[in-house]
Amino acid sequence: MPDKAVLVVHSGDFDKMYSALIIANGALAMGMDVSMYFTFWGLQRLKKNGLGKGPLSKMHMFGFGKWMVRKKMQKSNVASLEKLMEDYKDLGGKIIACEMTMEIMGVRKKDLHKEWIDDYGAVGTYIYEAKDAKITLFI
Amino acid sequence: MTEVEIDVRGETCPVPLVEFRKALRKASSGDELIVIGNHPASKVEIPMASEVMGLEVVDIEEKNDEWKIRVKK
Repeated sequence: MPDKAVLVVHSGDFDKMYSALIIANGALAMGMDVSMYFTFWGLQRLKKNGLGKGPLSKMHMFGFGKWMVRKKMQKSNVASLEKLMEDYKDLGGKIIACEMTMEIMGVRKKDLHKEWIDDYGAVGTYIYEAKDAKITLFI
Repeated sequence: MTEVEIDVRGETCPVPLVEFRKALRKASSGDELIVIGNHPASKVEIPMASEVMGLEVVDIEEKNDEWKIRVKK
C-alpha cells in the first residue's frame, strides 16, 4: 500500500487553496495516495465556479491585492486552480465534502462540483482516513 | 520498450512533477521517460520522486538552463 497524505482544507482563501492543491498534487506525483477533506470556508470553494473565488489571506485590499498576485502568477506561468484540480482528479486524488458544513451553511449537493467529490463525510471519515497517514495537514 | 518525451519547458511548480507522474502512470514497465524542462527545483525533485517510487534515473543532462532527465519504469 502506498503512503498516504490527508489534508483538511478549512480555509477558502485564494492563496491557501493554491497551497492545498499544490501540496496535494506534489504528494500524488511522489506516488502517495491523497485525500482532501473540505470543510467550512474551504467547502465553499467546491461550489460551481467557486474554486478561485476566495480572497487573499493577507493584503487582499478589496481585491486589489488578489488582482496583483494573479497578474504575477500569470507572468510566472503558474497553473490555474482549475488546472490543478483537474490534475488532482486525473492522478486519482480523493475529495471528501463535510456534511455538517453543508447543513450549517445551507449548501446543497447540487450547488457543488459533484464530479470532483468522492465522498460526503464527517469527522469520523477524516480520522479514519488520517490515522494511517504519513502526512496530515490543516490548511 | 518505448521512449516517452515530456516537455515541461517554461512550466513551474508543480506542473513538471505532475506531468511526469501522469506519463509514468500511462507507461509500461521497461519504458523510458525523458523529461525536459528548465524549472530549477524540478531538476532535483523528479529524481527524488523517482527514488521514492523505486525507479531508476538513467541519466541527467544539463545545458545552459535546460535539463533532461531520463527515468526507467
